[in-house]
Amino acid sequence: MVTETIRMVGWEEMDVKEFLIELSNATGVSGYEDAVAEVVKKAFAPHVDEIRQDALGNVIMLKRGTGDSPPKVMLAAHMDEIGLVVTKVEDDGFLRVSSMGGVDQRILPAAEVIVHGKQKLLGVVGAKPPHVQQPDERNKAVKMQDLFIDIGLSGDEAKEVVSVGDMITIRQEPTEMNGKLAGKVMDDRAGVAALFACCLALKKIQHRADVYFVATVQEEVGVRGATVSTFGILPEIGIAVDVGHGDMAGVSGTLKLGGGPGVGIGPHVHPKLFAKLQAVADDWKIDYAVDPSPYPGGTDAYAIQVTAAGIPTALISIPLRYMHTPVETLDLADIDKAGRLMALFISEVDAEFVEGLRCY
Amino acid sequence: MLLKRLTEAIGVSSREDEVRDILREEVGQYASIRTDALGDLIAYKEGTGPKVMLSAHMDEVGLMITGIESNGMLKFRSVGSIDPRVLVAKKVLVGKDKIPGVIGSKPIHLQKPDERTHPIKIEDMCIDIGAKDEAAAKEKVKLGDCAGFATKYEAFQGGLIKGKAFDNRVGCAVIAEVLRHDFTLPVYGAFTVQEEVGGRGAGVVAYDVVPDVTIVLEGTTASDVAGIDPHLHATTVGQGPAITFMDGSVISSRPVVDRLIEVAKKLDIPYQMRRSTASGTDAGKIRLTRTGMSVAVVSVPCRYIHSPVSIASLEDFSRTVALVRGFIESLQEGGLEL
Amino acid sequence: MKELIEKLVNAFGPSGYEDDIASVLKELIAPYVDEVHHDNLGNLIGIKRGNGGKKIMLAAHMDEIGVIVTHIDENGFLRFSNIGGLNPFGLIARRVRFADGTVGVIHHEKLDNIRDLNLRKMYIDIGCSTKEEAEAKVSIGATAVIHEGVDLLGSRLTSKVLDNRAGCAVLVAAAQKAPKTNNEIYYVFTTQEEVGTRGAKTAAFGIDPDLGIAIDVTPTGDTPEAHRMSVSLGKGAAIKVKDSTIVTHPKVKAFLTEIASANDIPYQFEILDGGGTDAGPIHLTREGVPTGAISVPCRYVHSASEMIDLNDFDACVQLLVGAITADLSARF
Repeated sequence: MVTETIRMVGWEEMDVKEFLIELSNATGVSGYEDAVAEVVKKAFAPHVDEIRQDALGNVIMLKRGTGDSPPKVMLAAHMDEIGLVVTKVEDDGFLRVSSMGGVDQRILPAAEVIVHGKQKLLGVVGAKPPHVQQPDERNKAVKMQDLFIDIGLSGDEAKEVVSVGDMITIRQEPTEMNGKLAGKVMDDRAGVAALFACCLALKKIQHRADVYFVATVQEEVGVRGATVSTFGILPEIGIAVDVGHGDMAGVSGTLKLGGGPGVGIGPHVHPKLFAKLQAVADDWKIDYAVDPSPYPGGTDAYAIQVTAAGIPTALISIPLRYMHTPVETLDLADIDKAGRLMALFISEVDAEFVEGLRCY
Repeated sequence: MLLKRLTEAIGVSSREDEVRDILREEVGQYASIRTDALGDLIAYKEGTGPKVMLSAHMDEVGLMITGIESNGMLKFRSVGSIDPRVLVAKKVLVGKDKIPGVIGSKPIHLQKPDERTHPIKIEDMCIDIGAKDEAAAKEKVKLGDCAGFATKYEAFQGGLIKGKAFDNRVGCAVIAEVLRHDFTLPVYGAFTVQEEVGGRGAGVVAYDVVPDVTIVLEGTTASDVAGIDPHLHATTVGQGPAITFMDGSVISSRPVVDRLIEVAKKLDIPYQMRRSTASGTDAGKIRLTRTGMSVAVVSVPCRYIHSPVSIASLEDFSRTVALVRGFIESLQEGGLEL
Repeated sequence: MKELIEKLVNAFGPSGYEDDIASVLKELIAPYVDEVHHDNLGNLIGIKRGNGGKKIMLAAHMDEIGVIVTHIDENGFLRFSNIGGLNPFGLIARRVRFADGTVGVIHHEKLDNIRDLNLRKMYIDIGCSTKEEAEAKVSIGATAVIHEGVDLLGSRLTSKVLDNRAGCAVLVAAAQKAPKTNNEIYYVFTTQEEVGTRGAKTAAFGIDPDLGIAIDVTPTGDTPEAHRMSVSLGKGAAIKVKDSTIVTHPKVKAFLTEIASANDIPYQFEILDGGGTDAGPIHLTREGVPTGAISVPCRYVHSASEMIDLNDFDACVQLLVGAITADLSARF
């Protein structure tokens, strides 16, 4: 039986770190984001003017600006997580699985999971003990189709509570390490937390623009939530907030943890938005790194940019190590910096700036 | 000469500025001009009746600077699809200021015997701009700058031309030529961005303009070269504009294809069918915009696209212009059942 | 049922060239709807007007996989490319049929290793000896489909292109039951699914439904040493949980499951790792559409001898009728 974590702080007083921990503990595999959507709605409710959810479950939260006919700025961070889905309940009670989103199956052996059947069940991804392995087995990566989940029930018992199509999430609580946080789904609950940081900052800064904070669904399976939520808003500016690869051994071209957010440049980013974000960061002395990508895909920005007649788009990335594993690690300060950068940027958005975005 | 200016301009996907400015200046003489949120350039000639749109992408494949080493060398990744084997030992121009650089290669003297049997990976290549260290390099270039090939446009033997980015400056030039003429129908010239990284500009332009019929102009593969079986040539240089019935992104609207063939026959313009279904174009995005749009693709055959040097026929180019112009005029006379 | 399915599988309709199958379907559906029209992509859309209910879009793709001629050689042999997903090994010595009835045989160049087989090394023999002879019969760009008959094996049926003429038959059969409902039903036979679920995208944009249900076939995991797949022949209508283009909205999955349970319709859940359907583009239309899919379990998909169980077929029809006649006011 899975017990619920006890919340220490009321929703009204919640700060960015507490919110991120709530988010990380919540579950929401792509397409099944209800639980984490509730957390998002409760946290933002005291600070925004309107909240709605669209047909696919995107949570759209509006904080009105002061202008008449205010330009619309949309900030999008995805709340879904990668996970697994039950493809078969074997006669001996073990579960076979397939992935939901880009799961590296090599991180699964010996992982703890939660199976969302008729109830929430604890599970373990079975791993063959060394004693019974063949000599060369360790040289080959395990395959998804050979993995199984052990929930400790017999075949009949299992079939009572688990069905083909039930979702499975990794079980992990966030751990603090010297101002850093390690846990699951920092991709992209860190982005959602950055949206929250921006929202809190905007309570103290004047802004003409209407700001739409959107916690999108189904990014991990094809930026689907962003596709439809953008169509419903048709903003003048769209900024995706996702995670970017942080500094790790053996990998080049990464963002330094603690060095502030990455500001994207490439086909997915409007040059004037890049320039403006860079200028705001320089003026206000906010740490950041230029984050080039020759390919526009990989984040909600990909979908936002080509909605309807085209949306000027930008990308902010929170540096993250070990992406798509249960020990994703980030520096909390980067989230605050990202939130502040976006809030200060938004405070400078007016009708004139937005007009200029269509002039090349 | 427009084709020379267009092909020598550097316009890697998302950095189409130089190409856009040339086209704005040229086409602005005959049409009204505007841009959109992604940088697409849309030209418009007034008229009455169904809207015709001619579309060609302005961008070319190239490189993006993704790292600057302590020794002043630049690391890069490709923008759009490039076979890394064509990059070795080529000259490039980096950034808005077109800083000259070379993609170096280990001299043969220093190679081990079996090295030459393996292609060099992009991760192992660098652009050398002659900077002595990282600081010196950073004075000239920035992360995110794009680099294009430094190839010059020239006349070649056999009535052919040689240059870079024929895919798709020839398409842009065809449209610019056609727009010099007057039509009674409203005609849009859509010069799109970022085709090479996923047809990004075309869909948003189509969504906005809502044309009744579109011809996408391209510079497409002619693999009529040594070592390729005839049935794999796709198109042949010198045999006129190539009409696409199907490619990887679109099945051309049949009434439009049929009319193009009719016009070609009537005006005695030699033409060919594009004999391959591989590869995609902006047409794919346009076809599926809103409730669907009628589209066909017409291409100038070009050898060695997506590499630093391509070859095409000036005659194929002018035949393509004639075909497109004739197509619009035939719509003016008799309409088209779509 | 066999007659309906046979009629549909024999109609010509490779992706992009669906005229023939469209006219067969139009004739079948017209008596049961208030209007029928085509859109720019050739989608066939039949509308049964409602009365204050919800707008439901039902989509079954009517196109089939096939081949397209890219070259005619000096000796009258045709070179070709694929329309949709074709396994080259499944084409060896296979017959194909062009729109005008011309039949051809597919075979391949000599190979050092049969594993090197691909479409570029294959050709179609239509019995001609010269280029001119062949050009009199076909042109570059001509399309052909698999040429194969229908056989009944007890309650099972094997044929070519049950993907997706079986799905189209489900839609026709559902319409023929003249279901009474306040909901407005769009019976959409989509085009160009096999080359990228294209027709569904534009049809859905034009209709902008409250609920979408795609009807297609899905592979099974019930044959010797099969790829693991939860679906089996004879176990009922498959309710899609996910494929590569859609994660079915949990509300829609629950809805279809409820209808099946309430009406004692046998059902099973479908998870398809590789492979997409029209449900993909439908759910991403405009501001998003709650969408699901009902699949007919089918063995040997994209081969010349696909196989379904007619009991599963009936279950799909029943489930579909149950879904479209339900009161959706509180749900979607």
